[in-house]
Amino acid sequence: MTKRLQSITNNIPAVVAFGLVLLLWEFLCGANIVPGYMLPSPADVMKALVGDFPLILQHARITLQEAFYGLFVGIGLAFFAATLMDRFLILHRALYPLMIITQTIPTIAIAPVLVLWMGFGMAPKITLVVITTFFPITVGLLDGYQSVDKDSVDLMRAMGATRVQIFRHVKFPAALPHFFGGLKISASYAVVGAVISEWLGGFQGLGVYMTRVKKAYAFDKMFAVIIFIVVISLLLMALVNVIRRVSMPWMAVEKKETIQP
Amino acid sequence: MPLLKAEGITKRYDGRTIIRDINIVLHKGELISLLGVSGSGKTTLFHILSGLVVPEEGRVLLGEEDITGKPGKISYMMQKDLLLPHKKIIDNVSLPLLLKGVPKKQAREKAESLFGDFGLEGTQFQYPAQLSGGMRQRAALLRTYLSSGGVALLDEPFSALDTITKSAIHRWYLQVMERIDLSTIFITHDIDEAILLSDRIYILNGVPGEIKDEIVIREKKPRLEDFYLTEAFLSYKREIRKKL
Repeated sequence: MTKRLQSITNNIPAVVAFGLVLLLWEFLCGANIVPGYMLPSPADVMKALVGDFPLILQHARITLQEAFYGLFVGIGLAFFAATLMDRFLILHRALYPLMIITQTIPTIAIAPVLVLWMGFGMAPKITLVVITTFFPITVGLLDGYQSVDKDSVDLMRAMGATRVQIFRHVKFPAALPHFFGGLKISASYAVVGAVISEWLGGFQGLGVYMTRVKKAYAFDKMFAVIIFIVVISLLLMALVNVIRRVSMPWMAVEKKETIQP
Repeated sequence: MPLLKAEGITKRYDGRTIIRDINIVLHKGELISLLGVSGSGKTTLFHILSGLVVPEEGRVLLGEEDITGKPGKISYMMQKDLLLPHKKIIDNVSLPLLLKGVPKKQAREKAESLFGDFGLEGTQFQYPAQLSGGMRQRAALLRTYLSSGGVALLDEPFSALDTITKSAIHRWYLQVMERIDLSTIFITHDIDEAILLSDRIYILNGVPGEIKDEIVIREKKPRLEDFYLTEAFLSYKREIRKKL
């Protein structure tokens, strides 16, 4: 109960700051300091969000599909790559620098090329999401595998465990917290990655919708979509947290750390 | 015929000899101690006996089988309890059975039946983080017991505990040893502990570490706390201190 109260008090500064920004924004627009065609007021944005909601949802369905497919493929690939790289040092040496390089390529630069290669359908979008989500998860898993207590591995060997058994009982569980750390970042990248690739070609999706309203100078609708994307990303990160808590029940226990006589 | 035998073990790391020509024997039901200052290669010797490390010279025999460099034959409890934080106590202690291919349900049942003996009743479904140091040590001992074919190596298992917990766990340990048939080699740098628990004490000393002496403790076990106050105890202690 006190913990709950504490987490509420901890959040108060953030809520106040957020509220102040909104007030300032509303004031700037309401007092006509910034003209409405350049920056719509928060009230206008809310109106646009409510009015366009069905349309936004329709586009969001496509974007979320791309994001999820991309994220799942990214997780799969990351798991595969990280596990192999951890097992074979030579692969680690060969592939790690390559992975870093892929991360320095700006998504916005590679997206049009992907569209040229794969067409205007979902494929280039999913590919882009895979590229952006793959890295944080792979690095998380690699760190996690490395973090394992060497003595624990020795003990498992002394008990006659095979390599696979050591992986299953010690290494993989030790890597889970790091994996979820990476996944949380990747989940937020996934939606944004999908939207960016839609900007550069496509028929459906939040990115396509954004370019459309931008061309019409409908800034209120533009901001409505932005807010929608922010909320979706936050929800995804929260979802990752829930999955993390459910799949690692011992972490909650460790935080409490009840002492017995 | 000894249960476990180490013959002429020599181990070098990077050209430096850690231990030289170590010979020890362990008979069935015995508890023997390796006593020595830190750096005398006790843990290295355990790594070799457990098969984790291959010595440059010498061999380890379990009965008649040569187990040099073959892990999984005798059980090894390291200084830290090394309970896996993500497994409940019951799954932590039954892990060695699981690794040997025993189905999970049976492994759990076998482990469960020993929780009483090891004073772990009620902790089955708790996580290691919920247990006190003494309880975690007991759980680690139970796991060690379940992974052994009758021989256990214990590397300073009680060194992390405070004095009161330690003497309680000593008493308990001696009682448990009576009931379960386990032959043990025990590393310690605590002379009192070695005299209290052991049938025999090997003194490991020097650089590189060598067996300097072997002392037989004749008093009947389990020895009670009062044993610390007897003349016999003191004379053992005097003898050991002279040799260390």
